[in-house]
Amino acid sequence: MNRVKRTLAPYLLVLPGGLWLLVFFVVPMVTMLSLSLQEGDIVNGYVFTGHWQTYVEAISDYQTQMIRSLVYGAITSLVLIVLAFPVAYWIAFYGGRKKTTYLFLILLPFFVSFVLRTISWRMLLTDDGVLLHPLKEAGLLPSGFQLLGTPTAVIAGLVYNFLPFMVLPIYVALERIDPRVVEAARDLYASPATAFRKVIFPLALPGVFAGVLMTFVPASSDYVNSELLGGTSTTMIGQVIQSKFLHTSDYPTASALAFALMAVLLIGVFSYARALGTEDVMKVAAR
Amino acid sequence: MTQTLTPAPATQATPSRRRFRIGGARMMHIYTWLLIAWLVLPILVMILFGFNDPQGRYNQTWQGFTLKWYGELFALPDLTDALIASLAVAVVSSLISAALGTGIGYALGRYRFRGAGATNLVMFAAISSPELVMGSSLLTLFVSMGVGLGGVTLTIAHVMFSIAFVATVVRARVVTLDRAMEEAAADLGATAWTTWWKVTFPILLPAIFSGIMLAFALSIDDFVITNFTAGNVQTFPLWIWGSTRVGLPPQVNVMGTLIFVVGVLIAVVANLRSRPRKQQD
Amino acid sequence: MFPTSKPDPSLLRGMTQRRLGRRDALRLGGLSAMGAFLAACGVQGKGKPGASAAPDAVAKFWNGKVKNGKLDFANWPLYMDPKKPELKKFTEKTGITVKYDEVIQEMGPWFAKVQPQLSAKQSIGYDLMVITNGMQFGQFRDAGFLAPLDHSKLPNYAANAAKSYAQSAYDPGNVFSVPWASGITGIAYDESKTKRPITKLADLWDPAFKGKVGMFSDLQELGNFGLLAAGLDPAKSAEADWKKAAAKLQEQKDAGIVRNYYDQGYVDALGKGEVWITQAWSGDIFQKNVSDGTNFKFVIPEEGGTIWTDNMAIPITAANPVDAITLMDFFYEVENAATLAEYINYVCPVPAAQATMLKHAAAQTGEDKEYLESVANSPLVFPGEADYAKLHYYVGFNTAEEQQDFSKVFDPIVLG
Repeated sequence: MNRVKRTLAPYLLVLPGGLWLLVFFVVPMVTMLSLSLQEGDIVNGYVFTGHWQTYVEAISDYQTQMIRSLVYGAITSLVLIVLAFPVAYWIAFYGGRKKTTYLFLILLPFFVSFVLRTISWRMLLTDDGVLLHPLKEAGLLPSGFQLLGTPTAVIAGLVYNFLPFMVLPIYVALERIDPRVVEAARDLYASPATAFRKVIFPLALPGVFAGVLMTFVPASSDYVNSELLGGTSTTMIGQVIQSKFLHTSDYPTASALAFALMAVLLIGVFSYARALGTEDVMKVAAR
Repeated sequence: MTQTLTPAPATQATPSRRRFRIGGARMMHIYTWLLIAWLVLPILVMILFGFNDPQGRYNQTWQGFTLKWYGELFALPDLTDALIASLAVAVVSSLISAALGTGIGYALGRYRFRGAGATNLVMFAAISSPELVMGSSLLTLFVSMGVGLGGVTLTIAHVMFSIAFVATVVRARVVTLDRAMEEAAADLGATAWTTWWKVTFPILLPAIFSGIMLAFALSIDDFVITNFTAGNVQTFPLWIWGSTRVGLPPQVNVMGTLIFVVGVLIAVVANLRSRPRKQQD
Repeated sequence: MFPTSKPDPSLLRGMTQRRLGRRDALRLGGLSAMGAFLAACGVQGKGKPGASAAPDAVAKFWNGKVKNGKLDFANWPLYMDPKKPELKKFTEKTGITVKYDEVIQEMGPWFAKVQPQLSAKQSIGYDLMVITNGMQFGQFRDAGFLAPLDHSKLPNYAANAAKSYAQSAYDPGNVFSVPWASGITGIAYDESKTKRPITKLADLWDPAFKGKVGMFSDLQELGNFGLLAAGLDPAKSAEADWKKAAAKLQEQKDAGIVRNYYDQGYVDALGKGEVWITQAWSGDIFQKNVSDGTNFKFVIPEEGGTIWTDNMAIPITAANPVDAITLMDFFYEVENAATLAEYINYVCPVPAAQATMLKHAAAQTGEDKEYLESVANSPLVFPGEADYAKLHYYVGFNTAEEQQDFSKVFDPIVLG
């Protein structure tokens, strides 16, 4: 009796939440796939016709935006590694008893709504705003100079918004390093630089990988930053998908693009996670 | 790999920590503070403009100090409604996702069972999927089923993306759980149910609580998925998004400031209370 | 001018159209199980062309509907004095309280937002909404999302509305809607930055304003200006013309002249100096100048601008339709139409309001008097024959397919 209960227990525990995820996370992927293969219009309804040409058209129309998004995502992740590593390093090894405080300061932006902090940036970067106006007055910048509307502004916004997601995993990985490993390296006459290169950095790599995972996906599918900070030539695929769903109600094209984006990203993520081991990535992600 | 060695308490600054130092410490120190300053700058701007006294509809240049927006915080009924809607959805969805996520987290941490792998996979996918895809696919589900959008669909969506986070947090705690306590309870004749309520649940409570807080924070800040599933319900981020085009009233800055301050206070208090637990990491 | 006589010709055309893809769907009878499941997810069509114009539709909708003492009103920003004097007066007079939300900023997103609820026959949370006579008006109408109006409840409308509105192409006989205000899409600019007066559409293509030109993201607004700039008439245009216009717009974009494609946000962008010269809606600029003390200019370009009408309509699922139609009629009392137009400065659908405005002006002195007189005599509020000659109507669509084609031509420009 007890044994039966025990074997059933995990299923009963997983069931409600699992069902919720099944119905509202897995099934929607199927309805989206279905909708992407339907034809029709919003007034007369859509009918499934297996019209896969929608994918061909959508991708050929919007490949620029798709590639641009992946490139922006990649640049964002790279910039983040460069920016975040020294900070994570410093906090992990020099933070002393104030480590938690420093990490907390890094996390401060998360206490302000994502939309609101991006709008704050927009205010700061306006053509005649607090940052640019004085520089223009001083003649350091031409009066026509603008940051908003450029790829730089969009990528800067992405970097800003996802920075903590890179600092934390790298910090966790560095923090986990056993001091004695480094000590051993030094005892074997490795210079500080060599010890860093041969011991510390390789051990921090899982953190870097996790950081890339946690920043690349949201950055390349983001549309808030490019919408608020971007211009006419910075449109990201997220904006296109959002607009097709929520402006022009062109559900099939929108679904096709969203599905294609998800396929690209998930395939990337899963092969990435497989190479690293899902458990590890999840563990780091959970911190 | 650290398993083979004795797990040294990492937070203690042992003398050997020095060996990590590769020079340029001062530079890195300054750099860290610069980066923090950069992170905080837009927050300061937000707080500052909550004290601005703009003449017209557009709060974008500094025109004098005032406290009046704190007095007139709720002067815009639709903004107030949006904030209330956000809070309501956050409370309901964090509680539901805590209940559902705890079940999954506990099962995954405690039992080995067929389907655990698949559950892990779905959770991993739910955490790493782009929000845009989750939001838009939910929209296609609701549209295909002929369900209108609103508070219910919005809450469903928020529960959906929170479950996996709660489960992950709870599982991390369950894994480190000392089974001896539960076994002792069972040996003393407690039923499985009593053991769960009297022993396991209290131990897990802090983890469940952090799960709830995390879900609450995710929900109240969510924009992307909300935008796809809210229909005509306005939440705080949606309202802000809509108003950027016509000028944000200073009340938004004030509310943002208050949410910020309350959030920071809660985090500081929670952190102080959980200090002793830190050693376990 | 009453609604029951004849259905809109475009509705008839819609009725005779084959429902897209039906036959293709049948041909795919032997689908695999997966395919069958995918197919089962089909989205139900809501098109019931002509049904709402049926003689008994009005009675069917309004039977048993009573006044509830409250209503929710969805409108655009900059469409009422923020102190809402008219609504206060309305509440005093009728006891009906109004919740007024400025939630509509562009037609496409608005339709997309409420469409799922309306399809599911659920309330959208609003009993009255103001929608433009563009593409989405047709979608709302053809999908059966608009309640047919009971004109016996609109005595002021019958007495005071300009007669020309009853002959509109988008809603002949005002079966589903009555105008809130009309407006003109022209060019707004900041003369302190452009350093010269702007007079024509070609100025929007002037490389001197590189990166400082704003265009609308609304596809019809954008397309219209592309068509006009290419020397074509939007109302008579066809697909080949759209492509020419799109090429013209693409050229403007590729040259880096366009700063961005805006919805209602263009006013903000103009205010911040992000754009110097932009596509604009007539009354907005006026209100911006009044509220923020700016000095922006609005001009109808030599090549012509476009005129559109924003209409009050009742969603078919409205909970308080009687209250909504009461408010509709309230805005056709001459006095209320006058005070509204005095503030918003858009084309007033009540001609008699001009005399009332002048009366208001006579009762004032100094600046206030000058202001009211200028509004009453403004061609942007009461356009004359000569003004109308410069204005063009929107591109008209006969079928949903045409609309989609139009979107496909112009969407890639905005979403570049």
